[in-house]
Amino acid sequence: MSTMQFGIFSVGDVTPDPTTGRTPSEHERIKAMVAIALKAEEVGLDVFATGEHHNPPFVPSSPTTMLGYVAARTERLILSTATTLITTSDPVKIAEDFAMLQHLADGRVDLMMGRGNTGPVYPWFGQDIRQGIPLAIENYALLHQLWRNDVVDWEGRFRTPLQGFTSTPRPLDGVPPFVWHGSIRSPEIAEQAAYYGDGFFHNNIFWPMEHTQQMIRLYRQRYAHYGHGTPEQAIVGLGGQVFMRKNSQDAVREFRPYFDNAPVYGHGPSLEDFTEQTPLTVGSPQEVIDRTLAFREYFGDYQRQLFLMDHAGLPLKTVLEQLDLLGEEVVPVLRKEFAVGRPSNVPDAPTHASLVARRDAEESVPAGAES
Amino acid sequence: MEKNDKPLKIVAVSAGLSQPSSTRLLADRLAEATRRRLAEERAVEVRVVELRDLATDVAKNMVTGFPGPALREVIEAVTEADGLIAVTPIFTASYSGLFKSFFDVIENDALAGKPVLIGATGGTARHSLALEHALRPMFVYLRALVMPTAVYAASEDWGGGGDAHTDGLAVRIDRAAGELADLLLHRPPAARQAETVVPFAEQLAALRP
Repeated sequence: MSTMQFGIFSVGDVTPDPTTGRTPSEHERIKAMVAIALKAEEVGLDVFATGEHHNPPFVPSSPTTMLGYVAARTERLILSTATTLITTSDPVKIAEDFAMLQHLADGRVDLMMGRGNTGPVYPWFGQDIRQGIPLAIENYALLHQLWRNDVVDWEGRFRTPLQGFTSTPRPLDGVPPFVWHGSIRSPEIAEQAAYYGDGFFHNNIFWPMEHTQQMIRLYRQRYAHYGHGTPEQAIVGLGGQVFMRKNSQDAVREFRPYFDNAPVYGHGPSLEDFTEQTPLTVGSPQEVIDRTLAFREYFGDYQRQLFLMDHAGLPLKTVLEQLDLLGEEVVPVLRKEFAVGRPSNVPDAPTHASLVARRDAEESVPAGAES
Repeated sequence: MEKNDKPLKIVAVSAGLSQPSSTRLLADRLAEATRRRLAEERAVEVRVVELRDLATDVAKNMVTGFPGPALREVIEAVTEADGLIAVTPIFTASYSGLFKSFFDVIENDALAGKPVLIGATGGTARHSLALEHALRPMFVYLRALVMPTAVYAASEDWGGGGDAHTDGLAVRIDRAAGELADLLLHRPPAARQAETVVPFAEQLAALRP
């Protein structure tokens, strides 16, 4: 597994199935998310990422608990988030939780920072939504230090100061989990990802591709500006949203009621308008392949592609069928085709092993060799 | 005065719903009066937008969070205009829902500093202060430069010439257009806001306790 990673991300919404009117229980939905994660590994995907929410109708309030359970039942799957709320969660607890998960999963862990989008969550956790960006910046600056410095003295604007604090456990092999920063429309976050040389992920679902293109371009330029490599070497991840059946018309017919009633964009544009204006693809596996391969034309060669598959009340059985199609018919072709013409200087998707190797390579440079 | 060759762009937005619409008629009259006032000194491009044609696009934008192609093009035209004329029918004591929704889906700071002439129509002159208690505060919130004269056209205005206490519609249109024209001619061209990134070091430094 290298070059590009393919996987799925889940919002974790509990939504009635519009075709039956039935709403799964929270218990059913949580177990379904786990079944979906296990299926992702079974069909050869690389990544499962869970959202984080602290309000109904969402279940994943405790991502590392869920990912730890999935880690114990998988062998290869990378466990990630989409997203981890760096604004309202204590960065100290994030440092501890994900380092623990990283040990338990033998390094199969990375995470994506995000701000979340539900106003009251901020005051519920004692924060102010107007400080969303400053919180994301300061909290991550602390998290970054906690994973890299054994002893941290810290004073910031938002959190109790730390004197002589050591976050335990220390990251596995002394290498922190890889961090992506997710944002739909905030250039400050693209700038933050570029500054640290971290990855930048755009969910690429609800917006026209031209908009996403601007954000990715900004991130790539600033990544180079900060000396991490060329713009083409920046670490880019994209979301996407698909529904497939062997026959394109069947896919449209089956998905339409879910689309029309979807919590985010339902009761708005037609399925046809939305597929034309955003990256949503509803059709045959070949159509999904063609549309996804075209992402490269907009965003350059990139490292990670995640698909949203289990939302809007789709029943578990349907989602598992979708994952079969994704794993058997779509991703093998995408792996092959994305590799064609991919410049050799474009980095592979980061893994724990690659980060350890890079650290070792940097440390083995003899003192004074660069002067 | 050196003549500037670049045409001034005026966009008039009409939220009238009926066809033909007196709101559209007022928007046309305001746009034409402004063009006439400017014509001696500057070339003018006038575009009139009927929000009626974009009603479903505006609703879809509210649901999805982004504008479809036709609405996006109009939002860009409004945002880039040198001057804006905004006219709505008065419904239920205020601007129409469509009028408000259109400005709701435009970025909050997109109209900052933009000269705006406001107008409204209604069946009776009793609703004319809606311009002052609804439209003007909305554009002030958006930090637009709202002209002092706001033009209200009641049904009776289309057939009257004013009286000893009030100027007729034509005079009020001309006064409002004159205010907009004067401002457009005598203010320096607005600097286009470039998309700038605040360097990360500055973002971090701003947070030091």
